[in-house]
Amino acid sequence: MPRKEIELPYRVEYLSILNENAEVDKSLEPNIPESLLVKLYRAMVLSRKFDERMLILQRQGRIGTFAPIKGQEAQVGAVALLEPEDWLVPSFREMPAEVWRGKKLEKVLLLYGGYNEGGRTPDDLNNLPVSIPVGTQTLHAVGLAYGIKYRKGKNVAMAFFGDGATSEGDFHEALNFASVFQVPAVFICQNNHWAISLPRARQSHSKTLAQKALAYDMPGLQVDGNDVLAVYAAAKEAVDRARAGGGPSFIESVTYRLSMHTTADDPKKYRREEDVEQWARRDPIIRFEKYLLGRGLLSEESVAGIADEVQAEIKEAEERWTRMTEKPADPMEMFDHAYEELPPYLLEQKEQLRRELDAKQTEAN
Amino acid sequence: MAKMTMVQAINLALTQEMEKDDSVVVLGEDVGVDGGVFRVTDGLIGKFGPERVIDTPLAESGIAGISIGMAVYGLKPVCEMQFSGFDYLAFHQMESHAARLRWRSQGRFRVPMVMRAPYGGGVRALEHHSESREAYWAHTPGLKMVIPSSPRNARALLVSAIRDPDPVVFYEPKAVYRAFREEVPEAEETIPIGRSQLVREGRDVTLISYGATMHPVLEAASLLKERDGVEAEVIDLLTVSPLDDSLFTQSVKKTGRAVLVHEAPRSFGPGAEIVARLVEKSFLYLEAPIARVTGFDVIIPLYQREREYMPGTERILRAARETLSF
Repeated sequence: MPRKEIELPYRVEYLSILNENAEVDKSLEPNIPESLLVKLYRAMVLSRKFDERMLILQRQGRIGTFAPIKGQEAQVGAVALLEPEDWLVPSFREMPAEVWRGKKLEKVLLLYGGYNEGGRTPDDLNNLPVSIPVGTQTLHAVGLAYGIKYRKGKNVAMAFFGDGATSEGDFHEALNFASVFQVPAVFICQNNHWAISLPRARQSHSKTLAQKALAYDMPGLQVDGNDVLAVYAAAKEAVDRARAGGGPSFIESVTYRLSMHTTADDPKKYRREEDVEQWARRDPIIRFEKYLLGRGLLSEESVAGIADEVQAEIKEAEERWTRMTEKPADPMEMFDHAYEELPPYLLEQKEQLRRELDAKQTEAN
Repeated sequence: MAKMTMVQAINLALTQEMEKDDSVVVLGEDVGVDGGVFRVTDGLIGKFGPERVIDTPLAESGIAGISIGMAVYGLKPVCEMQFSGFDYLAFHQMESHAARLRWRSQGRFRVPMVMRAPYGGGVRALEHHSESREAYWAHTPGLKMVIPSSPRNARALLVSAIRDPDPVVFYEPKAVYRAFREEVPEAEETIPIGRSQLVREGRDVTLISYGATMHPVLEAASLLKERDGVEAEVIDLLTVSPLDDSLFTQSVKKTGRAVLVHEAPRSFGPGAEIVARLVEKSFLYLEAPIARVTGFDVIIPLYQREREYMPGTERILRAARETLSF
């Protein structure tokens, strides 16, 4: 009997709407309200400027190691689709998405400045904290989405992760579980081409990362990750599908890590400046600014105005953060939130630290 | 009251909690249609349906990870690792997230999940099916580690574990699963987590254990009385972590001698922590070195040699006598 081809659902498509020359495909232009377009632009500028400021603060020793987001600002296009009760499940390079959703800039500074308080999320904000172990948070999004489906809700859980995460076992387990249970999850892979020093081509032999979803019978779409309109359109499709009970989706957002992996990394050791420059020309903010100017939604004055506003916002956040961190952190607070109720032996340890601190205080006096 | 096995007692706990609270869900490999490879979750899917009794794909890290997400959402997942020897795959999720999300979010998020697993040897099993690595979980800040020894306390502890606002790892001694029946009340009963239990009052030596080895310990206590006229005090930890040292340190202040028993390998095992607490809190009352009767620092052998690995009645008796004659 001759071999029979088995028809599999889905193919991988590439979506680009606003290219690096700011040329827009009118047939694909999404219907985004004008106010939202400007809000997206402002958010991207804020993210870029705040990220630059954070780098300066880190080099000054005022905050510690963090992962810069330069080049990946268009991620806000995806979270723009989320309702307040939806869930954001970030990795560690989603400051723009977190801030869009309501995370305060001073909280970001607190976290990377070594204060556990920076991890506290307000009660009305469904953002999980930053997840550092690569890929592991994808499973949490599946669990959240299962809960939503179990309670017959219309919300979605949106998980972010990088190209490196697609090599981790948890990523595969998450996509598998999500598709077996058909949960309202959206998986967004920020393929920024680098996992520290490992280039995308050495992370996976697959032609695309989007096709990995097809193995789990899940739609996978590759988008120009520097095109906020395409990111928005792709996320809208995925979020609508999830809300309608159509199950999970995977989006590979093809972007570039213009800066270093973290502030403790030196990219010159493993990549060439020419490659970075090539991608810098595909900057998501430059093309979007041109597009909005072209549509009359921005002017040279409003661009300058937004730049000033953003700097003022950052400055105010820094001032609040400086006031919050005026007094040294109380080490006794390290015992907070270990459990709902501290067990006796842990309370003994806390007491021990208290006595040691008091003794040090007495000696000092 | 009805007499039931540990398997039936655990099933009772799950059934009653699921009837009471629809946020409780059960998930794991073969827990639904098959009722669990030990039949612990038998009948649950019939009562509560496949959305609440979930047959998952074969992926332990996945099971733990989605349980974390469910718990953060507001469900109360009781996930199962088919054998404790496979929970190492889940360890990363439990250590890196389950144990930390309350701390990481400074109290905004909690992870009220339970991870159940059959643990321990003595059932002539294949490799990986007789493990005893409770120390890994006990050493993880943010988790609780509970190990029942009999049907009644298994039921009561599991109910407490399900209701606990923090993640609990619940190891069930598989050697005890069907070993005997005990009266278990139909009416709701709980035992607080973090509290050990005095099982036999005595004067001359303190025997401390948990899980399956409680039974050879109690046998040894009987023999000590019968043959040597010695009254052993026996303590069942019930919770390995957080470790309740109040009962056993008081006991050793009375007896001056202690024998700790566990299947887990000797070095860096739970016994070592008990020794440390006794030295911290009952040092001046010690009349003899504290004895540890444990598994050896080797992989538990396949069943032709398993008996000599396990801390049985004879070894416990010998250790107690040595302690008494020091």
